[in-house]
Amino acid sequence: MPKPTQRVVVTSPRTRAPRARRPYSGTREIKEQSELGAVYMRTLIRAQRRLGLSVCLVTCGALGLLPLLFAIEPGLGKFRVLGLGLPWFLLCVATFPMLLLAGWFYVRQAERSEREFAELVERP
Amino acid sequence: MTSGYAVVAVVVVVLGAILVGTYGLRVSRTTSDFYVASRTVSPWWNASAIGGEYLSAASFVGIAGLIFAYGPDMLWFPVGYTAGYLVLLTMVAAPLRRSGAYTLPDFAEARFRSRGVRAVASVLALAIGWLYLLPQLEGAGLTLNTVTGAPDWVGALIVTVVVTANVMSGGMRSITFVQAFQYWFKLTAIAVPIVFLVLVWQVHGAQSLTKPDFPAFRQDTEVSFQRPTVVHAERPLVVKGTGEVDGNRVENAAVLLAEGYHRIGQGSEFVFPKDAAVPHLSTMAHNTNEMWSLPMSSGADFPLYGAYSLIIATFLGTMGLPHVIVRFYTNPNGTAARRTTLIVLGLLSVFYLMPPIYGALGRIYTPELLMTGQTDAVVLVLPTRMIDGIGGELLGALVAGGAFAAFLSTSSGLVVSLAGVLSQDVLRVGGVRGFRVSTVLAGIVPLAMTFVSTGMPVADMVGLAFAVAASSLCPLLMLGIWSSRITTVGAIAGMLAGGLPALTAGLVTMFTDTGDAWYEILLSRPAAWTAPLGFAVMYVVSLLTQRHVPSGVQRTMVKLHAPENLGLDSSGPHSGEERS
Repeated sequence: MPKPTQRVVVTSPRTRAPRARRPYSGTREIKEQSELGAVYMRTLIRAQRRLGLSVCLVTCGALGLLPLLFAIEPGLGKFRVLGLGLPWFLLCVATFPMLLLAGWFYVRQAERSEREFAELVERP
Repeated sequence: MTSGYAVVAVVVVVLGAILVGTYGLRVSRTTSDFYVASRTVSPWWNASAIGGEYLSAASFVGIAGLIFAYGPDMLWFPVGYTAGYLVLLTMVAAPLRRSGAYTLPDFAEARFRSRGVRAVASVLALAIGWLYLLPQLEGAGLTLNTVTGAPDWVGALIVTVVVTANVMSGGMRSITFVQAFQYWFKLTAIAVPIVFLVLVWQVHGAQSLTKPDFPAFRQDTEVSFQRPTVVHAERPLVVKGTGEVDGNRVENAAVLLAEGYHRIGQGSEFVFPKDAAVPHLSTMAHNTNEMWSLPMSSGADFPLYGAYSLIIATFLGTMGLPHVIVRFYTNPNGTAARRTTLIVLGLLSVFYLMPPIYGALGRIYTPELLMTGQTDAVVLVLPTRMIDGIGGELLGALVAGGAFAAFLSTSSGLVVSLAGVLSQDVLRVGGVRGFRVSTVLAGIVPLAMTFVSTGMPVADMVGLAFAVAASSLCPLLMLGIWSSRITTVGAIAGMLAGGLPALTAGLVTMFTDTGDAWYEILLSRPAAWTAPLGFAVMYVVSLLTQRHVPSGVQRTMVKLHAPENLGLDSSGPHSGEERS
């Protein structure tokens, strides 16, 4: 019985023109400090700065209003919540969960925006 | 209040710290062990360690003392100490870790590539660290004085010696685990007595904390005056004992204190009768408990300015504290740094629920501290005062031990970071030997300072350290991380413009008596004008000197902000590896 013919695949580009260069990935753009890389980074930094500042300003701004409020309307101090004077309730009890919540929200959003950035720049 | 158990507790805490330190001597070998605990620390350990280090004398005894004396305006201290971590989390945590900086001067150099910026940051970090160490040592003196009657300098000396020896022998690896343990110990020490104190208060009939009466003695109370004291009697009262009143010598006799001011001589001992209204220290607001519980009752001039200045100092100052920054390097990456900070936020929130309760109960049970001015002792005295017998003694011992743990841990963290700055930037002696020499220096300077300070409340002193940090290193971090336009000239100008006035104001308040001058509040709470000054000068000068933008700033920004897993950080060797 004759041996089955062995088949070998031979490939070669069909044209003589050079193949189109694969586009650079975002990471390479950033590493090589191209204009595009700078745009990528600026987007990330802006997004993170906006997120950080807004969480910070909303939380601290809300807290920062309290002294003014107590100064304008001293009667508020006599108001009672859960048996505590209003300033005591706000500053001893209510503040801390609010700060934690703000921190948790920030961490979640910051990690998400970093993931999105990674997907964007790692796309070939 | 001299208690055998409390002395035992303090001795156990000190011995424990020394033992763990010696154990650390055996495991730490290389230079990188000393500096960054080889980066093998998990977020929970790290967060507990940050908490342990951060909860200082001010948090453990100082806050309760201030609330006890001045009411709800002082609640901004615990709120600010916690909110500072939110600002740190949202603005600097991850970029700071990614910068690879171990100390603030390292960050300054990594970001600006300039020895000049680094040098200014070093000097400021040292100043802030020493300013912060001073109240720790004063607090230790006060605690030892309260539980044993020893002179103030003994406690300060013990803390300095133990911390210096410990840091010299173990470096940071042992310290990380000591610090982590210390957080949980401190939380126990302040929380367990609270349960019993509140129970006792309930059993006593849950007396209202906000009655429209002046605080009154619950029983005949013997009070000894350790320094000449001017008090104001709200109602006339008769005291018995030996000492000096208004310049007249009294030997074991009864004296009538009429309504008004009285000068009581040093070393006087008088018994104050039950139910009499407690005279206040002359410099304190004279409030009934009802007035005390309302905001803006502290009697300070310009209370609104004071409140905002305190808010700015604590919210922004946290990120500029040298011992806080160090901890971020022990996180493996920026994401872990963020998670660590979030856990810290939780740990601090739990702790800061406690001090206000001590402060409020103190109005009923230890009102004589309002007269002697030792308001910082309220946490230490309450358990033995409210609970009779061995139970109270044991709880008192627990609190005293916790307080001492607070001084030891904060001082350790500060000394480690100051020694880092000293050995790299001031003495320029590398290796383990340089670190050890620097450690000694880092401990001795604040010890010397305790002998000349005027003894203001510890939380106020800590507030000044925060103000300097908020005005100098906070602008450097915030603007340096988020703007690529900041120049070396701008950075230096901004740090000096904010830091120097704040530092001067702090030193003037601490070491001289400014009295009732109208500008007193501008000096004792400087942050509201110095912090904006620092930010504004840094930004404006930078815009004017755009030629001095550091080279390669784009590459630095990539390093600060890009997630590590993308492998973008190819900007040369890591500052960490350079050192090991």
